[in-house]
Amino acid sequence: MADRNLTEVERIKANSRHLRGTIAESLADPLTGALAEDDTQLSKFHGFYQQDDRDVRGERKRQRLEPAYSFMIRARIPAGVCTTPQWLNMDRLARHHANGTIRLTTRQAIQLHGVIKRDLKTTIAGINASMLDTLAACGDVNRNVMAPPLPALSAMHRQVRTDAERLSAHLTPATRAYHELWLDGEKLAGADAEPIYGATYLPRKFKTAFAVPPQNDVDVFAQDLGFIAITGDGRLLGYNVTVGGGMGMSHGEPATYPRLGDVLGFCEREQLLAVAEAVITTQRDFGDRTNRKHARLKYTIEDRGLDWFRGEVASRSGTRLQKARPFAFAGTGDVYGWQKSDDGRWHYTLFVQNGRVLDAGRRRLLSGLRAIADIHRGEFRLTPNQNLIISDVAAADKARIDELLQEFGIANDDHATPLRLHSLACVALPTCALAMAESERYLPSLIDRLDEELAAVGLADEAITIRMTGCPNGCARPYIAEIGLVGKGPGTYNLYLGASFAGDRLNSLYLENADEAAIVAALGSLFARFAAERQAGERFGDFVIRSGVVREIRAGRFFHGEAADA
Amino acid sequence: MSTFAAGSLALPLADDQLQRVSDAVAGLSPTQMQWVSGYIAGLGAAPSALAAAPPEPGRTLTILYGSQTGNGEAIAGALAARSRELGFATALQSLADYRQSNLRRESLAVFVVSTHGEGDPPDDAELFHEFLLSARAPRLPDLGYAVLALGDSSYANFCQTGRELDARLEELGARRLLPAVECDVDFEADAASWSDGIIGRLPEWLDVTPPAPRLRAVGAPARFGRENPFSARVLLNQKITARDSSKDVRHIELSLEGSGLTYQPGDALAVVAGNPPQLVEQLLRYLGASAGDEVLLGQETLTLSDALTQRLEITAASTGFVRAWAVASAAADLEELLGDGRQAALGDFLHGHQVIDIIRRYPARVDAQRFVSMLRKLSPRSYSIASSQRANPDEVHLTVAAVRYKAFGSEHWGATSTHIIDRVETGETLSVYVEPNSRFRLPDDDATDIIMIGPGTGVAPFRAFVEERAERGAPGRNWLFFGDRNFSSDFLYQLEWQKHLERGSLARLDVAFSRDQEHKTYVQDRIRERGADVYEWLEGGAAIYVCGDAQRMAGDVNAALVDVVAAQAKVSRDRAEQKIRELRLGGRYRRDVY
Ligand code: SRM
Ligand SMILES: Cc1cc2nc3c(=O)[nH]c(=O)nc-3n(C[C@H](O)[C@H](O)[C@H](O)COP(=O)(O)OP(=O)(O)OC[C@H]3O[C@@H](n4cnc5c(N)ncnc54)[C@H](O)[C@@H]3O)c2cc1C
Ligand SMILES: Cc1cc2nc3c(=O)[nH]c(=O)nc-3n(C[C@H](O)[C@H](O)[C@H](O)COP(=O)(O)O)c2cc1C
Ligand code: SF4
Repeated sequence: MADRNLTEVERIKANSRHLRGTIAESLADPLTGALAEDDTQLSKFHGFYQQDDRDVRGERKRQRLEPAYSFMIRARIPAGVCTTPQWLNMDRLARHHANGTIRLTTRQAIQLHGVIKRDLKTTIAGINASMLDTLAACGDVNRNVMAPPLPALSAMHRQVRTDAERLSAHLTPATRAYHELWLDGEKLAGADAEPIYGATYLPRKFKTAFAVPPQNDVDVFAQDLGFIAITGDGRLLGYNVTVGGGMGMSHGEPATYPRLGDVLGFCEREQLLAVAEAVITTQRDFGDRTNRKHARLKYTIEDRGLDWFRGEVASRSGTRLQKARPFAFAGTGDVYGWQKSDDGRWHYTLFVQNGRVLDAGRRRLLSGLRAIADIHRGEFRLTPNQNLIISDVAAADKARIDELLQEFGIANDDHATPLRLHSLACVALPTCALAMAESERYLPSLIDRLDEELAAVGLADEAITIRMTGCPNGCARPYIAEIGLVGKGPGTYNLYLGASFAGDRLNSLYLENADEAAIVAALGSLFARFAAERQAGERFGDFVIRSGVVREIRAGRFFHGEAADA
Repeated sequence: MSTFAAGSLALPLADDQLQRVSDAVAGLSPTQMQWVSGYIAGLGAAPSALAAAPPEPGRTLTILYGSQTGNGEAIAGALAARSRELGFATALQSLADYRQSNLRRESLAVFVVSTHGEGDPPDDAELFHEFLLSARAPRLPDLGYAVLALGDSSYANFCQTGRELDARLEELGARRLLPAVECDVDFEADAASWSDGIIGRLPEWLDVTPPAPRLRAVGAPARFGRENPFSARVLLNQKITARDSSKDVRHIELSLEGSGLTYQPGDALAVVAGNPPQLVEQLLRYLGASAGDEVLLGQETLTLSDALTQRLEITAASTGFVRAWAVASAAADLEELLGDGRQAALGDFLHGHQVIDIIRRYPARVDAQRFVSMLRKLSPRSYSIASSQRANPDEVHLTVAAVRYKAFGSEHWGATSTHIIDRVETGETLSVYVEPNSRFRLPDDDATDIIMIGPGTGVAPFRAFVEERAERGAPGRNWLFFGDRNFSSDFLYQLEWQKHLERGSLARLDVAFSRDQEHKTYVQDRIRERGADVYEWLEGGAAIYVCGDAQRMAGDVNAALVDVVAAQAKVSRDRAEQKIRELRLGGRYRRDVY
């Protein structure tokens, strides 16, 4: 690939000797808390991002000090399965080496923030010591594979989870660099090989998820590659394959847009790995490596057409996909509270506001979960919506868990309204380098005000999905929320409306650069209309379309207006 | 085996000597120049001739000084100027340059010498001091002498070096012409009257009637000085330690516009400031007196609060104060501390206790007048200049650490540091003057490599050094050792150092942050780790500079340097110490510690 105008990142990957770069030297440099420029790209493949505390950026410049560099480490947790020893280990690392909080992500993973350079190795090694790792948690590779967090719910859920884990393992990079750098693995004599990815890996990040209808908790249509479980008389027959989903866009660049995945066809369980590999190698070879903003699979498919893509996948996997099977999703998000699985065990889905596990006032999540992990014999499960499931509880132990939830003030009923329970906010400030506005630190208080508006018109019990991000990258999948708020600048957001509750329709721009007053006023009056004019069982997202408040977005490429369609 | 013969050692003249020489030949015609060079060569041929040179000893006043931070040098210089004006044959020399063998031939020598370290002589007096106190010292039957000792009575070994000199000269049979005068930090008055005493009796001592007074030596004294400080506007008062730092260190920028003040890297800026009002309050309450009460200071009457705020040292305690308070309070502990052989204990006591702590611990009823009479005059504080005037023509920068701490259950403040940091708004002014420090200069040869060791605020002069050398485009390499508590919050001037490294104006930077890991590490540990390179630099003629804490750091760093030499040159510790000492005396290892 002697393409002149390859992106800088492509050059860095190519010269990195399978992701080694000069990371070792960067770690050893005592004069700065940062890594060498190029290494900040490579570090992502190892699962960590260089960041700095943006709250003190200006102040430190005046103090003639470099930015307060620290690192966000993301642990990959396929299907979100986290044993209690693993949790306790994370809890310890968070308190000793990070900012004292654990962050549950929108992809069933765990993030630590505020880890300084000289603690990186200890922390990453510490994570690996509990049989979790951070390799490929970020970077231009397949990311953490999502799957419904409750395999225990049925035999079929269990099969899906095994498939997810098989696929995750199959798509994990083969480079030894990770072991050399973090686990003191001895240096590899010969060259590394990357059978699936090749020396320059993928053009861009790549995301995969498994969904089991009727719950679309993984937001399968937001994924590059999705597998929708198809069942016949309680058995798992295979999967409908979806491709080309993605949320990220950039303000003012119509060529970038969120897109929902297309259903490509049906494949049997046996073909799973072959099909997935074919999709990935196609993207590897045809994805746009000259422009990172146009490099995701969604654009490859838009540019070359779904039929062409289907053909590539067929020839590469040596299997024809069958016609897609019918399926139906009832909703996104998680099912809260206690659920009983077919094996008679109990599972409590705990609402974790914006995924941030910390002790705040009387709500002591970090300590509470530590206390529970200490006595709990089952596992913890991370959901695709920043929540946590205390899984596999014997009927006899339920009461004790409930006590602890009350004792630490963290039970769902304790604080959450339906709107809050259906809310997501990305991290944004102060750690995220790309944030244009607050998100995680702000959404909770905005919801207080919106709850008042809902209550005022008798909709206090109405479940509406609301998601906020600090920039248009869409980390909390805001473009498939009935109410989407996307940061534009400090204190101002674009307000999007009209996505479906089931996460299979994009929303549409309603207000630009709105501040809190404007947002509350606009939604307040819409809630009132909704209360007055809604049809039986009608969802807020459907109502705003039917009543013409916003136009329906039929496809991602129309997100900025039909004109954008060429 | 090697002695650090190379490099900047090659130049045998001290900066000031070089200055004098070049002044002397300035403006000579080529022919005149030829004659002079021949003349000097001739002098050189007869070694002892140079120092003994005319005016011949019998008729000469020889003024010798040992000075670390320049006070003594200034006093000695002023005295020399006066006696020259009056036409007396006068020789002025630093004890470092003075040829010991000449001492026997002197008939009239006066000494101005300060005390440093813990009762140690200033670096430039070290060898002479050692020689004089040794058995090698000659009998001095023909010598008449007088000693002015500079010191600080908040140190236990007050004016130690001066006292030793004075006593020893007598022992060697020399004649004490005047009783030794011991100056505290407010030395002006005492120093002046001592000088007057000498000038007054010169005709008698040299038994010459002074020829007609000569014209005043050219080069008018600086307009602003200790007696009339310049009011410098504060341009910037910027904290340079992070929020979560355990320290408050400020980068201070002052305007020198219109002052005509000039300085060189290595010089210090003296700041004349008042005391913390909170502390004055506490003292008033203690004395049961009111701000308006009048007290007498010398001839002058002023209000008690003015006296305590503007004129008197009310933070750092002095031996004199302890003595007076011991009487007032009749506290046995204090009496005991002042007894013989308790120097060390007294030193620690003085360091750990401010005036307020002593009077609270050993209560006594004294009236305001009596109390103020126990206190020293408030003296200016020195701050290493952190900027190069080349780079900042109309400004001077300082790096000031706030002295604020809790002790004996109450807040304590350093007088001047908190004045600079807390009590002067940007735009307001500070009273300052430049304290030249010819002992802490960059090598004259820009090609000489330098190793700078400056933990904490000790880094200040090195910011000036590096700025200056960058401006001058000096080819010599600059290597800095910096240390402090925490990397993330106390890396003073981190961004500037990173830039200098990029640009090459800093060749190397080694840092030690003591509190970032279990076992504490300091600059001296880094020096040992980098021993091979440090030694290689020294071999190549590099000069070493140390600035900062005198209590522990200076000694620990010195020990580390000795270790490095011993290990690298494979010589005994004694030999290594000898070499390090040679470096110091040769002017290639300079210290400015406090
Ligand atoms: C933690 C998390 C949000 C959360 O609140 O949970 C997150 C946080 C970040 N995302 Fe994300 N993304 C997270 C899920 C997502 C999702 C949702 C999903 O994957 O289902 C998306 C939208 C789907 C997609 O990929 O299109 C998403 C789209 C992005 C993008 C836009 C990518 C694009 O091609 O448009 C970026 C920026 C980029 O990649 O250039 C980004 C970049 C980032 C970075 C790493 C910022 C950066 O690149 O410097 C954020 C770190 C902030 C911080 O301080 O922690 N993140 N990010 C989620 C971690 C998931 C995980 O465990 O791996
Ligand atoms: C040549 C030279 C250069 C200098 N350069 C600098 C510089 O660049 N930057 C800088 O910040 N300072 C520098 N100093 C030190 C500076 O001159 C002052 O000594 C310092 O600022 C403290 O003065 P102050 O008036 O604030 O404190 P003072 O009013 O003098 O109070 C100091 C007294 O408080 C007591 N004390 C102080 N700290 C403690 C403690 N932790 N515990 C118990 N008792 C304590 C001691 O009794 C001490 O005598 C330099 C000094 C010299 C001689
Ligand atoms: C680091 C340091 C240590 C000192 N130690 C003593 C001491 O032990 N005894 C003393 O009487 N004065 C001591 N002094 C005070 C000096 O002697 C005093 O400031 C004197 O005016 C300096 O004169 P100079 O500039 O000629 O060296 C010390 C000063 C400094 C900066
Ligand atoms: S959406 Fe933007 S602001 Fe929020 S975490 Fe992702 S990149 Fe950061």
